[in-house]
Amino acid sequence: MTATTTAAPTGQTRRTAPLPGALRLGVARTRYEVRTFFRERDAVIFIFAYPVIMLAIFATVFGQDGSDIDFGGLAVSFPQYFLPGMVATGVMLTSFQNIAISIAVERDEGGLKRLRATPMPASSYFLGKIGQVLVNCLLQMAILLAVAALAFDVPLPDDAAGWGTFAWVFLLGTTTGAVCGVAFSSLPRSGRSASAVVTPIVLVLQFISGVFFRFDELPSWMQQLASVFPLKWVAQGMRSVFLPDEAAVLEVDGTWQHGMTAAVLGAWLVVGLVVGVRTFRWRRRDDG
Amino acid sequence: MAPAPAIEVGGLRKTYGTKKAVDGLDLVVERGEILAVLGPNGAGKTTTVEILEGFRERDAGDVRVLGEDPAHAGRAWRSRLGVVLQSTDDLAEATVGELVRHFARFYPDPRDPEEVIDAVGLREKVNTRTRQLSGGQRRRVDVALGIVGRPELVFLDEPTTGFDPQARRDFWDLITSLLDDGATILLTTHYLEEAEHLADRVVVVSSGTVVAQGSPQDLGGRTARQAVVRWTTADGPREVRTDTPTAVVADLAAQLGEIPGLQVLRPTLEDVYLSLITPAAPAGATHEQPTEAAR
Repeated sequence: MTATTTAAPTGQTRRTAPLPGALRLGVARTRYEVRTFFRERDAVIFIFAYPVIMLAIFATVFGQDGSDIDFGGLAVSFPQYFLPGMVATGVMLTSFQNIAISIAVERDEGGLKRLRATPMPASSYFLGKIGQVLVNCLLQMAILLAVAALAFDVPLPDDAAGWGTFAWVFLLGTTTGAVCGVAFSSLPRSGRSASAVVTPIVLVLQFISGVFFRFDELPSWMQQLASVFPLKWVAQGMRSVFLPDEAAVLEVDGTWQHGMTAAVLGAWLVVGLVVGVRTFRWRRRDDG
Repeated sequence: MAPAPAIEVGGLRKTYGTKKAVDGLDLVVERGEILAVLGPNGAGKTTTVEILEGFRERDAGDVRVLGEDPAHAGRAWRSRLGVVLQSTDDLAEATVGELVRHFARFYPDPRDPEEVIDAVGLREKVNTRTRQLSGGQRRRVDVALGIVGRPELVFLDEPTTGFDPQARRDFWDLITSLLDDGATILLTTHYLEEAEHLADRVVVVSSGTVVAQGSPQDLGGRTARQAVVRWTTADGPREVRTDTPTAVVADLAAQLGEIPGLQVLRPTLEDVYLSLITPAAPAGATHEQPTEAAR
């Protein structure tokens, strides 16, 4: 981000006090966003429980006879196989879906317009949204990984390299999702229609990106379609963290493709930023 | 040296499709003045104010607000404005105290948030979430957020729409009490009594242009302010417009003795206002009005 901590220009007014820095206000916005988010109890429960519930359902349904997935002689339990997908889907829901809908609603209710009337810079608003998403995603991951490890005996990475991969895929995936959510938030015509517009996209992506089904068993056209979008790459990156290295044979080209993951997510990050900056509206469409 | 006016507008125009929302509007607001912009719905009040606030682009005209063009002004300029929008439905989950303190951080030289909360009379509600406030209390939050930055110029857009009469009076008292520090105020309203109560000067806007301006007492000029003497004759009611109603009544009394059905009427601000905006007559009529009223 290009936010600066130094004071914005002064001088043309009679004031001597400098304007507060964009980064400092971004931190203040993050605190405000997190605090008010946790008061919407229904949304909080949905965001934090959804990946856990989905993991429990899929692990129970597919793993009820105690069967494992066979990776050329290496057995992986169903909960372990589904965990990376649930991590990826949690990241997408908490970043992309939550941001796209919440900004559309704020715009509809006039909250954005009110902020626009203050000297708070737009960059601080976006920093606040991204900060809120990072806090929420971290909490959500902590809950999900704890349940996976304690209730389903999924082994977590035991080396720094594994956690390092987790960290960069998580951070890049979360930020990209949040930025794309900002860009997408201008599409729904109203706050009420926002979730109707966003939810189907999220659902389709989950089905084609190997979140609910084994990615290697999807038809290849579906795999190729999914490869255009970020979710598939977050899921694949997370598989490289939570599955044994040998499981890479089931990936499309037999490797984890970390470079490609970073490239696709980075590309969406840039596209989301450009589109978001160009299309962001503080006011409703019918408000002139 | 006299300070430059807080707001200077010349020849402002804004068109939506084929509708001329603002059609050659001129306006000057001096520093420290409280100006009410009156007009029916669709007169162009809100469009004008939103151009002044920097929310909308204009099609033509010169606009200076606190010495800068709102279309290109930045954060430093915004920090000198206070904007109270038409009522909105946001902010539901935050408490009054959190909101006022949070918004205070946006400004370089804010007022003490606690003093602002006291000033708008929400001390008992400081830990209440805004969703649990009444409409009038939410409006007080709006005002608190609008003034916490210590603005030089405050925009109040229809601040009491939907209030009951008592709540409206309380709100006026609040505004008056907040105005001791020389801020300039631009208020838009439908309510004549609101303009009369709060404003030093009133501007009437109709069909996107200023049709009259003056103090609430002088609005509409001398002719519009003439007294009407009414009485009843054998042929039915009669009335005379006059600058000297006392003389007319004295004459009548000399002729008739006790005057049947005598009434002496002074136009209320409402009468003047209605006479200004009802010439819903096309173009010509409205365009002559300003010269007469500008007196």
